[in-house]
This record gives sequence, C-alpha cells and structure tokens, in this order.
Amino acid sequence: MMVLAGRARILGDDINTDYLISSSRKKESLDPQVLRHYLLEDLDPAFAGSVMDGDILVAGRNFGCGSAMEVAVTVVLGAGIRAVVAKSFSRTYWRNAVNNGLLAIVADTSGIEEGQRLEVHLAGSRPELRVMTEPARTVPCEPLPPFMLALREAGGLVPYLRRHRTLA
Amino acid sequence: MRRPGKTIAEKLLSRSAGADLRAGDLAICAPHVAMGTDGSIPMALDYLQRMQPEGAVLPPPAHADRVVFALDHYGPGSGERSLALQERARRYGRAHGVRVFEAGEGIGHQLMMERGLVLPGQLAVGADSHAVAYGALNAFGTGIGSSDFAGILQCGQLWLKVPATLRIVLAGRLAPHVSAKDVALALARRIGADGASYLALEFAGPGLAALDMDDRMVLANMSVEMGAKAGLFPFDECAAAYLLGRAAGAGEPTAADPDAGYAGAVELDLASVIPQVALPHRVDQVVDLAAAPATRVDMVYLGTCTGGRTKDFREALEVLREGGGVAPGVRLVVTPASGMVRDELAAAGLLAEFEALGAEIQPPGCGACCGTCGSIPAAGTNVVSTANRNFKGRMGNREAQIFLASPRACAASAVRGRLAEPGALP
Repeated sequence: MMVLAGRARILGDDINTDYLISSSRKKESLDPQVLRHYLLEDLDPAFAGSVMDGDILVAGRNFGCGSAMEVAVTVVLGAGIRAVVAKSFSRTYWRNAVNNGLLAIVADTSGIEEGQRLEVHLAGSRPELRVMTEPARTVPCEPLPPFMLALREAGGLVPYLRRHRTLA
Repeated sequence: MRRPGKTIAEKLLSRSAGADLRAGDLAICAPHVAMGTDGSIPMALDYLQRMQPEGAVLPPPAHADRVVFALDHYGPGSGERSLALQERARRYGRAHGVRVFEAGEGIGHQLMMERGLVLPGQLAVGADSHAVAYGALNAFGTGIGSSDFAGILQCGQLWLKVPATLRIVLAGRLAPHVSAKDVALALARRIGADGASYLALEFAGPGLAALDMDDRMVLANMSVEMGAKAGLFPFDECAAAYLLGRAAGAGEPTAADPDAGYAGAVELDLASVIPQVALPHRVDQVVDLAAAPATRVDMVYLGTCTGGRTKDFREALEVLREGGGVAPGVRLVVTPASGMVRDELAAAGLLAEFEALGAEIQPPGCGACCGTCGSIPAAGTNVVSTANRNFKGRMGNREAQIFLASPRACAASAVRGRLAEPGALP
C-alpha cells in the first residue's frame, strides 16, 4: 500500500500540453529541473513558483490534450508533483504518465477545492482518493488494467524495459 | 454464436499484435514503422540510455529499417540549444543507418505519406501527435511519446489499448469555397475537444468519394484535436492512385466488417458545411466564419501538416488573386509542408506569385506552428492560420491570438485585413 499526500492544486478542463510546458521552452532544455520554472506559465505565470513538493494536480476533463510531448509529464514530476487526478485524460498524456511513473488517476474531481488536503491510497489496481479537509470524504477512482499495474509497479516503462528488455 | 465483426482499428491492431483483439484489449504491437522528430528523439535517446545496464553504450535500433527520423521542428534560427538537440538525433540516426530527413526537407508526417513510407494496413506510429494523419492511407497512425519511441528503438514493440470506434458517416459533397478544414472544424465544434477521447474515428459513407487524398489527410490529421487515437479511412481507388509511384507496395488494405460494432456514429452532410473559424484559444471553440466577431488580422499563416500542401496554397492563391493581393500591414507567411510541395509550387510559378505578393517564404518544416522556429507572431497581434492548434502561446507568443480556418478563409482575411469569408470577395 502506497499513500501520497498533498495539497490540491485546482486546474480546469482541457489543460493542454502546451500550457503545461510551452514548445518554445522545450527547445532550450529537456531538464525537468530547468523546465519546472515554466510549468503552466502561459496559463498563470505565478503557478510554478507556488508549487510545493507533493502537491497534487486536480483537473477537469481531457487533461493533457494536444501535443504528445513527454516533457509535459516530466516537468510535472520535476516540480515535485507525483499524482494528477482528473475527470479524464487525453490518451497521449495518460500513456506518457504511465510510462514515467506519474500517477494519472481518473475520478470525479467536482467539489475539490484549491489547497484541500488530499491522500491517494494505492492498493493493487484500485486507487482511492481521500479528501482529508473537513468534511472528509472518499472519492471513487477508476481501476487500472493489469498491464498498466505491472508498468506502474516497475516504476514506468524505462525500468520495466531495463529489466525485461522486451514488452512480451 | 458468431462474434460480431471488427472495425478497421480492431483489425489493424489485431494484425500488428498477431492476436484476435477487440476494443478494450491490450495489444503488444510491433509497429511497421515509427517516425520521430527532433522534438521527440533527443528525449527518447535519454530514455533509451536509461533502459540499458549501467555503463552500457547506446544500442542501435532493434530494427533500423522500421524507424524514420524527421528533423522538422527546429530550424537554423531556433537557437544553439535546440540545434544541439537536433544534432544528437541526427548523429544517432546516421550512425545506425536510420533514414534521416534533414532540417528543411519538410514535416515528418508529410514526408511519411508523400514518400510512400506508410502503407495501407500498417501500424505506423509517430512520436508526435499528428501521426494520426496516416489514417488517410488506411494505416493505423497514432501519436506516442518519447519513452514509447525509446521502447521501439529498444525492442521494436509498443503497448496500445485497442480503441472502440466512432463512425463518421459523410454524405454529399463540399460547396464551393468550403474545404476539408471547414469539415474538420465543424466536427470539432460538434463533438468537442474530447468527444473522441480514447476512440478511433472511422470515416465512411458516400461522401468519401468526393474527398481527395489532401482532404482526407486534413480530416485524419485533425482527428487528434477531438481526442481521437486514430482517424481511419477505408482504402479505395483514390488512395491507390496516391500511392502509385510513391510506395514500393500496396500494403494490405483493410476494410471494416459490415457487422462491426461501433461506439457511436456521427452523420454529416458535406454540402451543409459552411466556412468555419476556431476562435482563441480552443480548437473546438468554432463558429460560422460569417458570424465571427469583427477581427483585425495582422498575420496570416499558411503551412503545417494540416494546411501546408500544394492544394492548400493553390486555393489560397486563387482567393488572393481575386481579391487583388494582401491588405497593407498584413504579414503573410508561407511554409510549405515539404520540399516536394515547395518544388511543385515553384514549378507552377506559384511560389514566385506568393513572393510578388510580399509573402515571407519559410523553409519546409513545422515552422512557427508550435513556436519552435520560423516567424513568431508579435505581442498583441491576431493570427489566422491553416494550422491545427490555437492554444494560448502555441506559436511562441502568449500575447498573440490565433484563429484557425481554411486556406481560402485565411487568404480572404489577408485580402481584407480582417476575418473574412472566402465567398464574399471581392
């Protein structure tokens, strides 16, 4: 059982990868520790500076739409964010997240407010999202398919392929 | 009892995985071809290194003949850091016998199709989201990330979930002044930026007969703007004619079974489509161009993997000619999708005509589409573009407003110096 705890950072629907990190920043560096300073800058230039280690991104629908660029995942991890909870993800963002060990959790995020204390409990394929700020509640999350679970347990595609060399 | 038939997506992924798969199944596939760009390869090489044991050198691709590198995102003006990233991709590709398209040769997606590197029936992926364009050729084209691309370099394999399919049933034919781009925007308007999330689109119906390959590439390309995993067209004489002389073989064209199961269907009469425009900063924030708010236009951008083919420039030029040229103060940028497109334009005298109109002619490639090179718009300016995305900051300046429209509508707006309908000229 793994538990991630952090503050909710509320974002809206259709947060695209260009907002997470602009393509014009990516041409300067691929280092997440450099890029983290530009996280979501086109949406809110003050956001990157306000992120604290362990923060959890809480978004609406279609998180990570647009470009398939993977820096949009590594920049989030680089900022110290280890989980994103959204009503839905774009498929490219979701697979990049799985491959990099960023927890991408599908749940109804309605009603979660900025700064609330959250905990993500991971046991097997069934994650659970707990809102710890009173009134405390538990939000059901979509389960994870077995192969995704194997990738996640390995820590992502890189450690998985480092160990197994092939996918099948 | 016999199981229902399969969609094109189910058939193509079953073939690639060597298994009998249905929507929802996980497929471990062996892509026939994987294209990476200078925007995605450098990071893939980092991942590939980390997939090796400590101290090991970077291995060659598992199948160098199934990988294509296209150096399309960065150009000479992109700055030394991006050129260093580009050089890493170039060196690795050349060292291992990978086909490398040089900077200035064009956009990877366009090159994959026009050089016959994608064939019907294949799984053809790209480490760039607009790889969905290959669906125009009856191939399962889809976008992947850099780690996926590294995995393909490492072992030739990729995991994919088999998507359910949304059928797009087209009837009729386009009215004059209306383009495939208007159809794509009309679809985005109707189903939304996530309306096809996790789904494949399968284009069908009698309306297909009136769409040429350029039109199909626009629709397949824009399918990702609705969240789709693929935008698949059936194979027909039109696709066969396109491949003739480009590709070594005809591939293995694949049709859906008549009793295939679909997640849903959207019907669209092409004749009912009128010129559309996507307003900043959403691809699905689409209105009829005639009803768009009065908007001054400062820059008109013709190019990208959506709207940078010869037909697009021909259509734009017709409108520019009729309208008597570009309005004072409007910057017209022309970025052909490939060297082949540029050569076709040059041979027909069209490039000279654009130059005479004062257009900035950029080298073939992604150009300013995502702000990595080319002509970046100035702060406070309004841009009308044939591209696929209008997110804030997309073209490299968050203070610019980007509108998306057809090549003809872009040209009409250049003539008027404001958002304008192509049919309303002069």
